[in-house]
Amino acid sequence: MSNGSEYAVVMENISKTFPGVKALDRVTFRLKKGEIHALLGENGAGKSTLIKILMGVYQKDRDSGRILLDGQEVQIDSPIKAEQLGLSAVYQHIMLARHLSVAENIFLGQQPKRRGMIDWKKMYEDAEAVLQEFSLQVNPRTLVRDLTPVQQEMVAIAKALARRAKVLVLDEPTAQLAEEETDQLHRTMRELKKAGISIIYISHRLDEIFKVCDVATVLRDGQYIGTKPVSELTEGEIIRMMVGRSIDDLYYKEEIKIGREILRVKNLTRHPVVKNASFSLHEGEVLGVFGLVGSGRTELVRCIFGADTPDSGEIEIEGRPVKIQSPTAAIENKVALIPEDRQQQGLALPLTLGDNCNLISGRQVSRYGFRNLRHERDTARRNVEDLRIRTPGINQKVKFLSGGNQQKVVISKWLNVDSKVLIFDEPTVGIDVGAKTEIYRIMADLLKQGKGIIFISSYLPELLGICDRIMVIAEGEVTGILRREEATQEKLLALASNL
Amino acid sequence: MGVAEPRTKQNPWTRIRAIQNKYPLSTLFVVIIAMWVVLAILSPYFFTYHNMFNLGRQTALTAIISVGMTFVIISGGIDLSVGSIVGVSSVVVSLLMVNGMPIWLAILLTLLMSCVLGLISGIAIYDAKVPPFIATLGMMSAARGLALMFSQGRTITNIPRPFTQFAQATVVGIPSLFLVALIVAVLGVIILNRTQFGRNVYAMGSSKEVARLSGINMRTNTYGIYVLSAALSSLAGILMTSRLASGIPTSGQGDEMDAIASVVIGGASLAGAEGSIVGTMIGALIMATLRNGFNLLGIDPFWMRIAIGILIVVAVFVDQFRKAD
Repeated sequence: MSNGSEYAVVMENISKTFPGVKALDRVTFRLKKGEIHALLGENGAGKSTLIKILMGVYQKDRDSGRILLDGQEVQIDSPIKAEQLGLSAVYQHIMLARHLSVAENIFLGQQPKRRGMIDWKKMYEDAEAVLQEFSLQVNPRTLVRDLTPVQQEMVAIAKALARRAKVLVLDEPTAQLAEEETDQLHRTMRELKKAGISIIYISHRLDEIFKVCDVATVLRDGQYIGTKPVSELTEGEIIRMMVGRSIDDLYYKEEIKIGREILRVKNLTRHPVVKNASFSLHEGEVLGVFGLVGSGRTELVRCIFGADTPDSGEIEIEGRPVKIQSPTAAIENKVALIPEDRQQQGLALPLTLGDNCNLISGRQVSRYGFRNLRHERDTARRNVEDLRIRTPGINQKVKFLSGGNQQKVVISKWLNVDSKVLIFDEPTVGIDVGAKTEIYRIMADLLKQGKGIIFISSYLPELLGICDRIMVIAEGEVTGILRREEATQEKLLALASNL
Repeated sequence: MGVAEPRTKQNPWTRIRAIQNKYPLSTLFVVIIAMWVVLAILSPYFFTYHNMFNLGRQTALTAIISVGMTFVIISGGIDLSVGSIVGVSSVVVSLLMVNGMPIWLAILLTLLMSCVLGLISGIAIYDAKVPPFIATLGMMSAARGLALMFSQGRTITNIPRPFTQFAQATVVGIPSLFLVALIVAVLGVIILNRTQFGRNVYAMGSSKEVARLSGINMRTNTYGIYVLSAALSSLAGILMTSRLASGIPTSGQGDEMDAIASVVIGGASLAGAEGSIVGTMIGALIMATLRNGFNLLGIDPFWMRIAIGILIVVAVFVDQFRKAD
């Protein structure tokens, strides 16, 4: 922080054009020293593009704007250059070598050496020093794969700090974290701020912005919308800036008649993650599932879907006892799973939108194994239209779509088959407000058709907003099922921590 | 969604890349045509009927094996056993015919046997969870062992004439082997692009977990892929026997490398989910052209292997360049 400029980073009039798309149009972003600055916008608004330009991953359009670091104009032509300039980013999918120790990860590529060999003693000491300086409670000798998600986040941050980062970008760091872990991360961020490090914070959880950020900048459709101190903003205003209109009720819920029972689970057990789970689901009902990360909630629904096989227990669908030993059997029994990790479990990323939408239903419309191409094309087009998927066309590869649109493709895949019980596992993680509301609306439509939904989320306001009942899981056991009227954040948290 | 920017000067490289992205096979077409033009200039013999006839026949067998390999590689697997299955098929079909079995039945039984070998690889891969590289490496050795055992290591001769005549035959001047390869390729295109099985292959190559959670029957599809590959290798082995008029236990050695090279030159990714039959066919044609050209120009055949090695690496390098950014 040598000379006079009050700003750590100034990006002025930055434009970026991809073939066919103007991703950024003269966007300006100013980050003061020692500030936590929220960068907000819906998916596709240009946040990632802006960050990638700052990190040297992309190059801005040649004749557009300039980037100043500490008052000096710089050319950031590669990620290495960005690192040398003290810029560092921690992405949503943390990039660490899982089988190496914390210290090895922190110093990866720049290990302290003695006579050409790695100086292990010094490496552990230095790692310890970096971790302590910011009171990160992690043992430098532990293997990264043995750490909790928040600890991994800490290591990724420590890695950046060991490279003398002055500006740190945290991209959706809390997507995989539970409530208390998020608090822990926020404490660390405040420590970093005290040490004069400037932070750019990207998150879709608006409550966090108010907890931890000083200033917020909003982008929409590649345009700069505005920058304001967080203290002068309300959640509604932020949403209005992001979406361009006001969204009255974020958690969209209609009064839908709850019908007969369509799913009954009795004493479902899979050692050691699921113990004796019993519950039921009705037509038109949203059953929320709440639990801390690692509580067994995902494992429970995977058993119902046949992705894992239970050791014991019974499942009845529409009154019939069924055996679900594989996802194929689940589909036959009208059970659908929109999985937790859309990139690894939900989507065939290198394939097209059309292929993904028809991946399951295509089997049902095919004749003698031959695909019904016209039917598939019509189905995909209808999905794009109905769910308002933003894409150049149905032949776009899904890896090029934004998070919210990707999630809509996963949902489309299941809308095209006739399901009765739909399981949504964290469907709104990492997607923006507009897309979230749209997903709630899609769910409401499904409920009106007499389907039932099991909805897993770590985010309490969301569960309280859209669920009819909320089931809490702790250490593999169902610790309570609360009706909408009786559920509160405190009660749910108490049940989740099994107090 | 068009590019609305009225750019006056566009970088020629950007434009080439845009064309490449729109038509991923365009580079391959340019390469094969350039090779033919150069060879036609250097050797007046190249574009004669006789040479074209040979080129067609030389491409045919590798092409047939490569169609199966394309399915395997797109699914994210690999099949090293194809060359050995060529060998064992050659021996078995010869022995059956020499011992008096009708030709059609000998062919059918040979194909069936190979399907069983493919099924065994599939079982090792799906049920025993052995990585495809290892499972088919094992089959490569075992099938070659069978070929040597059945034949006692000797070449089998006295093959019935009607069988050997097939490979010599032509239809309107086109060699029969080339026609078979063409039919196999067309069927391959249809299966890969028009059937549920074809898309399952792509889905499996992009992520096994996604495919499984989409209700794709991983067991039957995995079996199907390796059975298909074995059946096509077997077909190539039978055709080779017809061409050489003898059953040779060591035949087909190294065919797995030619097939993999054709598929990779044709734009497939060993990581899976990418590739096409047409690409593979051009890949096979490029390799055959290279061999043919070296012969015509009288260049030391050892150089040919070096050239093919370089070609494989350069082809993948160019493809990476296309995909970058």
